[in-house]
Amino acid sequence: MKDFLSIAPARQIPIEAVPMFPVEEFRERVIAATRNGMRLIALPGRRTEAGSVRVLAVLASDKAGALFLGETEMDGEYAALTRDRPFAQAFERELAEEWGLRPLGHPWLKPLRFPCGRPGVTDFLVVQGEGIHEISVGPVHAGIIEPGHFRFQCAGENVVHLEIALGYQHRGVEQSICKAPAQRRVCYFETLAGDTTIGHTTAYAQAMEALSDAPAPPRAEALRAIALELERLANHTGDLGALANDVGFLPTASYCGRLRGDFLNMTALICGSRFGRGLVRPGGVCFDLEPSRSDELRRRLDEVEKDARSAVELLWSTPTVMARFEGVGVVSTDVARTLGLVGPAARAAGLDQDARRDFPSGWYRFHHIPTATWSTGDVFGRAFVRWLEIQRSLAFLRETLSALPAGESNRPPKALLPQRLTVTMTESWRGETVHVAMTDEHGALALYKVVDPSFRNWMGLAVAMRGQQISDFPLCNKSFNLSYCGHDL
Amino acid sequence: MPSLGTGLNVLIGLAAAPLLPGIIARVKAMVAGRRGPPPLQGYYDLIRLLHKDHLRSRTATWVFGGAPAVGLAAVVCGLLLMPVGRQPAFFSFEGDWMVLLGCLALARWCAILAALDTGSGFAAMGASRDACFSALAEPALFILLAGLARQTGELSLSGMVAGLAPSAGLTDAPGLALLAAALGLALLAENARIPVDDPNTHLELTMIHEALVLEQAGPDLALMLYGAALKLWLFGLLLMNLLVAFADSFAVWCGMILMAAGIGVVESAMARLRLLKVPPLLVGAAALAALGFALIWRTTP
Repeated sequence: MKDFLSIAPARQIPIEAVPMFPVEEFRERVIAATRNGMRLIALPGRRTEAGSVRVLAVLASDKAGALFLGETEMDGEYAALTRDRPFAQAFERELAEEWGLRPLGHPWLKPLRFPCGRPGVTDFLVVQGEGIHEISVGPVHAGIIEPGHFRFQCAGENVVHLEIALGYQHRGVEQSICKAPAQRRVCYFETLAGDTTIGHTTAYAQAMEALSDAPAPPRAEALRAIALELERLANHTGDLGALANDVGFLPTASYCGRLRGDFLNMTALICGSRFGRGLVRPGGVCFDLEPSRSDELRRRLDEVEKDARSAVELLWSTPTVMARFEGVGVVSTDVARTLGLVGPAARAAGLDQDARRDFPSGWYRFHHIPTATWSTGDVFGRAFVRWLEIQRSLAFLRETLSALPAGESNRPPKALLPQRLTVTMTESWRGETVHVAMTDEHGALALYKVVDPSFRNWMGLAVAMRGQQISDFPLCNKSFNLSYCGHDL
Repeated sequence: MPSLGTGLNVLIGLAAAPLLPGIIARVKAMVAGRRGPPPLQGYYDLIRLLHKDHLRSRTATWVFGGAPAVGLAAVVCGLLLMPVGRQPAFFSFEGDWMVLLGCLALARWCAILAALDTGSGFAAMGASRDACFSALAEPALFILLAGLARQTGELSLSGMVAGLAPSAGLTDAPGLALLAAALGLALLAENARIPVDDPNTHLELTMIHEALVLEQAGPDLALMLYGAALKLWLFGLLLMNLLVAFADSFAVWCGMILMAAGIGVVESAMARLRLLKVPPLLVGAAALAALGFALIWRTTP
C-alpha cells in the first residue's frame, strides 16, 4: 500500500509522484497522521478535466522537518475531516465554498469569505436565555482598521460566544496570480497582506525558484532573512505599543510607535521602501547591501535596541499593565493544538513550533534562531513571546550583518518546469506562511494556494474570548493582531 | 447670598472649565514626548461642533434632543452651589450638598436616557456601565460630604467649607485625609479618567463615557462635552475646598491647574483597570470615606 509522499519544503517534485487515495482512506490517513503530531497546513482543491475535484493534503511533521503529501479525488459529499480534526474547519469551509464540495458533519459549514448569498449556513449562532444579548461590531469600525464583522453573544459583560465573519477584503488574489504575467505576479504578494510583504514575497520567490530548479544565491538568501527579521521587529514592536495603547498606558505606546518607524526605516535603508516592496524577486533580491549601509544598519540597530528595551520592559514592571495582560484571553496548549494555531499565538500557548527551525529554507538553513515559547497562552504570553522574538531577531541580524556571504545578489530567473509541485514555508512575523504552487504541462502556473497565518488563527481569537469580559476584546484582538486581507485574499 | 464676587466665580468657572481637559491632554502629550494639542483645543472643539448641523437618529425622540441641555443645566445648577475657598457659593442653604448630588445624578440620568433613546447597542452598553459605576461612586460622595457636615456642624456647602479651617485640629487630619483620598478616586471615576475609563480610546467595546455620547453630534455633542468639562471643574473645586479651604479664589484657580496636571501625570503613569476591577475600586473609595467619617465622628465633640 502506498503511503503519503515525504518531501522537503521549497523543493519541486513531479505532480504525478503524489499518491492518490480513495476518499475514505485519504480521510483516515490524514486523521491518523495528525494523531501522531503532524499538522495539516494546506488543503487546496483543483478541478480535474472530468469535472471532479482533486484535493491535496499537505501535512507537516515538525519533528522530522518534512512535509507529507497525498491526494484524493471527490465530487459532491464526503465525510468532513472537521468532525474529528477541528483544525480542518476553515480549510473545509474554503473547499465547500470554492468547489461546491459538501463535507458532511461539518459543525458550522458557513462560507468563509462570502458572508451573504452563498449556500450553506449564513446565520449567526444565536445563544438564547435570560439576560443574553447580542452585540455586533463592524464591518465599519471606529478606528482605521480593516473591515470584519464580530457578533458577540453576551450575558451582561461576559462573552458567551463570539463569531467572526470575514470576507469583506476578498479580492480574488489567488485566481489573479495564475492569470497574471510573471513580472507582475510578485506585486500581488507584496500587497497580499501589506504588513507581511517580505514573508509572502519570500515564500513566492522560493516557490518560483524551486519550480525552475534555480536557487537564489546565498547572499540574496541572507538579505531576504535580514528583511524578514526587520519586518518581524517592526510589527512586533508596533504590536507591543498597540497593546500598551489599548490599556491606556501611554509611555510604551508612544515610544513603540516611534521605534516601529525606526525599524521600517531600516528596511527603507535597504530597498527604499519602508514595507520592503520591490526587494524580493524570484532569482534573488533587487538591492544589494554594500558595507557602508550595512554598518549604518548595525549602528541603528544598537541605538534602537537600547530604546526598545527600556520602553518594553516598562510594561512588565508596571503592575497596572500586568493586571490587564495576565490571565486574559487564555488559549490552552490543547486548544491551540486542536485549532491548529501558528506563530506567536501558538508559541505563547506552549506549542514549540517555528518554521525557521523546523522547516528551514534559505538562509535559515545555515543560521539558526532560537524559538521563543511561553506557557500561559494569555495576552501576556503573546506579548512576551513577541519581546523574546524581538531580542533574538536583533541578535540574528547583528550576526548575519557582520558575516554576509559574498557573491552576486540575484540571478536571472529561468522558465518553470512543467507538471511540478512545490510547497514553501516562511515564518513571517505573524506565523507560518504556506504557499503551494503547481505548474501545468506548458510550465505555466496551474494552481497557487496561499495559506496566511491569519487563516489559521482567527478561530483562536474567537475561542480565546469565551467567558471573557467583552471590554477585553480589543486587547485580546490586538494580542493576536490578525490580518483581514491575508485571510480574505 | 448672591453677590458680585460669588457671581464672578461662577462666570470664571463657566469660562475656564474647557481649559482643564486641554491641560490634561497637554501634560499627557509632554510625558509621552510629544508636543500635544494647544491647551485651548477644548474651546476650538466646542466652536467647531456648534457650527455643525443637528444630526439626530430617526428613531430618537425628543428625549435625545432635550437631554444634553437639561444635563448641562443640572451641572450649572451644581456650580451655583459650590463655594470657592473662602468665598461662599452663589446660592447657599441648609442641605444644599444633597441638591448638588441630585444635580449630578440628574445630569447623568439625562445622558443615560439619551443613550437608551437611540437604540444603539454601544450607547446602551455605555449607559449600563455608567449607571453601574456611578451608583457605586455616589455613596462615597454622600459619605464624605456627610463627614464634612459632621466635622463643621454645618449643613450647607458654603458653611462647611468656611467652617473647615477653624474647626479642624490635628486630631481631625487623618479623617479629612481619608475623605480627600475618597474624593480623589470619585473624581477620576465620575469624570471618566484613567484608571476607570480611557477618554482617548476609539475602541467601542471598552468605552464607558465615550460610548454614552457616541450617538451625539454637532451642538448636542458640544453641550455634552461642555457639561463634562464643567463637571470636572465642579469636582476640582470640591477637592480644592477640602484641601485648601482657607485659600482665596486665586489660590484655588492655581490649585485647579495643578490638579489637572496631576491627573495628566496619573494617566501617563498607569494603565486603565479591567472593567471588572472598577467596582472594587469604587467600593474602596466608599470604604475610605466611611472610615474617614467614623474617625471624624469620634474626634468631633
